[in-house]
Amino acid sequence: MEWEVVIGLETHTQLKTNTKIFSGASTAFGAEPNTQACEVSIALPGVLPVLNKQAVECAIKFGLAVNAEIARRSVFARKNYFYPDLPKGYQISQYELPVVGKGAVTIQVPAVGKNAAYEKVINITRAHLEEDAGKSVHGLSNQSIEGMSGIDLNRAGTPLLEIVTEPDMRSAAEAVAYAKKLHELVQWIDICDGNMQEGSFRCDVNVSVRPKGTEKLGTRREIKNLNSFKFMQQAIEYETRWQIETLEDGGTIHQATVLFNPDTGETRVMRSKEEANDYRYFPDPDLLPLEVTEADKARVKAEMPELPEVMKARFEAEYGLTSYDASTLTSSRDLADYFVATVNAGADAKPAANWVMGSVSAKLNAEDKPINASPVTALQLAQLLKRINDNTISNNAAKQVFEAMWAGEVDVDAIIEKLGLKQVSDSGAIEAMIDEVLAANPAMVAEFKAGKEKAFNALVGQAMKASKGKANPAQVNEILKKKLAN
Amino acid sequence: MINSSLKTLSQMLAKKEISSVEMTQTFLNRIHQFNPTINAYIALDEAKTLAQAKAADARIAAGNAEPLTGIPFAQKDIFCAKGWRTTCGSKMLENFIAPYDAHVISQFDNAGAVNLGKTNMDEFAMGSSNETSYFGGVKNPWNFDRVPGGSSGGSAAAVAARLCAAATGTDTGGSIRQPASLCGFTGLKPTYGLVSRYGMIAFASSLDQAGPMAKSAEDCAMMLNVMAGFDERDSTSLNHPKEDYTRGLAGMSGDKPLKGLKIGLPKEYFADGLDAGVAKVVQDAIVEYRKLGAETVEISLPNTKLSIPVYYVLAPAEASSNLSRYDGVRYGHRAAEYTDLTDMYCKSRAEGFGAEVKRRILIGTYVLSAGYYDAYYLKAQQIRHLIADDFKQAFKECDIIMGPTAPSTAFRAGEKADDPVAMYLQDVYTIATNLAGLPGMSIPAGFDKGLPVGLQLMGNYFDEARMLDVAHAYQQVTDWHLQMPDLKAPEGLK
Repeated sequence: MEWEVVIGLETHTQLKTNTKIFSGASTAFGAEPNTQACEVSIALPGVLPVLNKQAVECAIKFGLAVNAEIARRSVFARKNYFYPDLPKGYQISQYELPVVGKGAVTIQVPAVGKNAAYEKVINITRAHLEEDAGKSVHGLSNQSIEGMSGIDLNRAGTPLLEIVTEPDMRSAAEAVAYAKKLHELVQWIDICDGNMQEGSFRCDVNVSVRPKGTEKLGTRREIKNLNSFKFMQQAIEYETRWQIETLEDGGTIHQATVLFNPDTGETRVMRSKEEANDYRYFPDPDLLPLEVTEADKARVKAEMPELPEVMKARFEAEYGLTSYDASTLTSSRDLADYFVATVNAGADAKPAANWVMGSVSAKLNAEDKPINASPVTALQLAQLLKRINDNTISNNAAKQVFEAMWAGEVDVDAIIEKLGLKQVSDSGAIEAMIDEVLAANPAMVAEFKAGKEKAFNALVGQAMKASKGKANPAQVNEILKKKLAN
Repeated sequence: MINSSLKTLSQMLAKKEISSVEMTQTFLNRIHQFNPTINAYIALDEAKTLAQAKAADARIAAGNAEPLTGIPFAQKDIFCAKGWRTTCGSKMLENFIAPYDAHVISQFDNAGAVNLGKTNMDEFAMGSSNETSYFGGVKNPWNFDRVPGGSSGGSAAAVAARLCAAATGTDTGGSIRQPASLCGFTGLKPTYGLVSRYGMIAFASSLDQAGPMAKSAEDCAMMLNVMAGFDERDSTSLNHPKEDYTRGLAGMSGDKPLKGLKIGLPKEYFADGLDAGVAKVVQDAIVEYRKLGAETVEISLPNTKLSIPVYYVLAPAEASSNLSRYDGVRYGHRAAEYTDLTDMYCKSRAEGFGAEVKRRILIGTYVLSAGYYDAYYLKAQQIRHLIADDFKQAFKECDIIMGPTAPSTAFRAGEKADDPVAMYLQDVYTIATNLAGLPGMSIPAGFDKGLPVGLQLMGNYFDEARMLDVAHAYQQVTDWHLQMPDLKAPEGLK
């Protein structure tokens, strides 16, 4: 039987606010345990939550970015359960009425093997605001508390936007493409720092399988807290295989929450549906319903950066870039900003695009650096391209200049000078040099005259070699052609 | 002095007839004398109290005193006060020293008032007799066999026994007004949202409201001036312009000051279940109001009978969640021995909470559970709107509503302790205003068999100033509010 996997994602996006969602405590990562736990974070008797407006603006931004309905009125609810890192004994979340409703994102699924790349629309079901819990730290090593578990409430109350999709994805590749797209988008609109290692972007993946061609969804299992795209891919692939094998062996899938173990590459049941809590959701009486007016939306919209799709279309129209190039350059805001800065500094768009996607990206990938950590600034790249454009240096020479700048040198012209890369464009000098080459290679000349076109290229090569690469190749071509025609 | 109004005490301090330290010491002496029997206070810290009094004297000397500067008040132990043991009447918080001040406490501190101590209360404000307190019951100063009412029973006894100049309380279903009625003083529950709940330990968040408990309407008005006001730390705090609640009081003397006032008398409040002696006192008070120029009109609040069942779904639902934070993890009681996390939770909470609190947590957990939520919680919320609508209709026909505060006078300690439903009925006339978020008041209107009886006033939203005027008018022509129990020769006070 042929099987089809059905995948939906729930992504916890940590919002980039200065303070927590319901208190004034800092959200900075990495502080000493419990130094960012104010009386609200600790849930002392008598404390009350006050909603952080910045978090609401982040949610509105996201809603606008995925063309979603933004609720005029949404409600915060209490999700009740006991856990040591949940100080109030309930989490404030949104349940029945979330702030962001139905929306959609378009993903680019890359080519794999003989399958070509394609685009697909993934529907967003909802996105809601909620607070994060603290952290349990097991096996403490301090003397007096050795082996005990500790609670760090620095993270308790950090604002999250939980983004839920429809079960629209049909492969691990699609799920990863969606996650990557979302990851780029939340950074693009500046609501999340995207740091997956620090847990700023965490994905839960719901996976089920069904016989291909059938409608009814299979029983799903939820893979919790995947914090890298690689693990997501592995986890989904493993889980899919496991579910298919289980069903083919005559077993049944039970609804459960599972954890992925990166060391074994397997998923393991954390809790079954029967063990699930009754969360006793009810509207939080400490918080008024959240009202979002048209004016609020308009204000946030005015502050929004140009969205990737809009920018891509503009790149095509304004700079004459291909759809592929425009799409690549708008895959992250920093990359797009770098490209635009290069063009604004005087470079032509097409060569700028080629260099950004070519040499610059290759170097960054090799060194695993983000674009904003590139040692070659957009301004330097623009100067380099200017020197190619005005024939000061050849493309090949430019690569040497680029390497030098990457290694820390600053001034393009100084590097050209130092490395002696300046192109010879004095036609008198080139003519004299070509005369020497022609005189030294009578056999090649004869071959060319006998109709062997290849001999021409060999002569160009000899001329370039004679000039130590500094002769303007176009000029060499032209003069050589003229001389041979005589 | 102990029976003087806040205004008089303020003038005495201003004229330097007495210092705040002397005034405070007078009340502390009375507390030493009577509190061992009455048990109104559960935390005293004389060093802190006298330091505040000293600071107040300096402020008075510097000439920047406010009306309440230097006057000693009792604070219900539901308010967190920095450095004070704050227990909420529970073993759970027996050793909890609050590291911050509630909004109400800061407001009194900023006004230069002196904190005499923290008063006894039903555990987590759940009760109508103060008998659920982990720190023992409180005696009604009018009769030591009787309860003072609850949940603000300690504040009530302290005010009635003149163990403070006045006190604060909180009212979720009648916890200021019912004790005011049973102990014979003036208590006001403001409009929901008028006084910030920040730092006030939550029982039922959508119903809890702090208010003044004092000898007279005038005293309450002066206290409300300090307590009311927007606080951005409480999202349900209302951004209502600051008012002077004493502004209309002076106009309440002379002939027929209440001419034109329409008093609504809800027929449901004078039906079965109301003690005849209480009814008589309330009727007499209404006659007095007619003499003051007011006219009365019969109104109906048809959903009154539903207010108790609705309340006992909603309040426990909120409480079950509000009390989840008492888990033994970060502060509060933790069982000495346990086998694992669940065992630690179970034992800590089983040991830390009393029977009534447990009962309400169980009810609340039940009504919020999957499969029961719609039938109980959601239904109750719908009826809550109907009850609010009753008042909306009623206030089209009248300016203020009057009736009994409680169905009976103070009952005997132990009498209803084993019958929760009988206890819950104590709040039959007060709960509806909490559900609607309206202000309510109880003022002394006389005695039945030697025990005080309160008259309840219910106003429209933000109508506290008018309610205080109406109460003050009555207190200008009667002296029930000046009556105090004779603690000089009480039985059992040896």
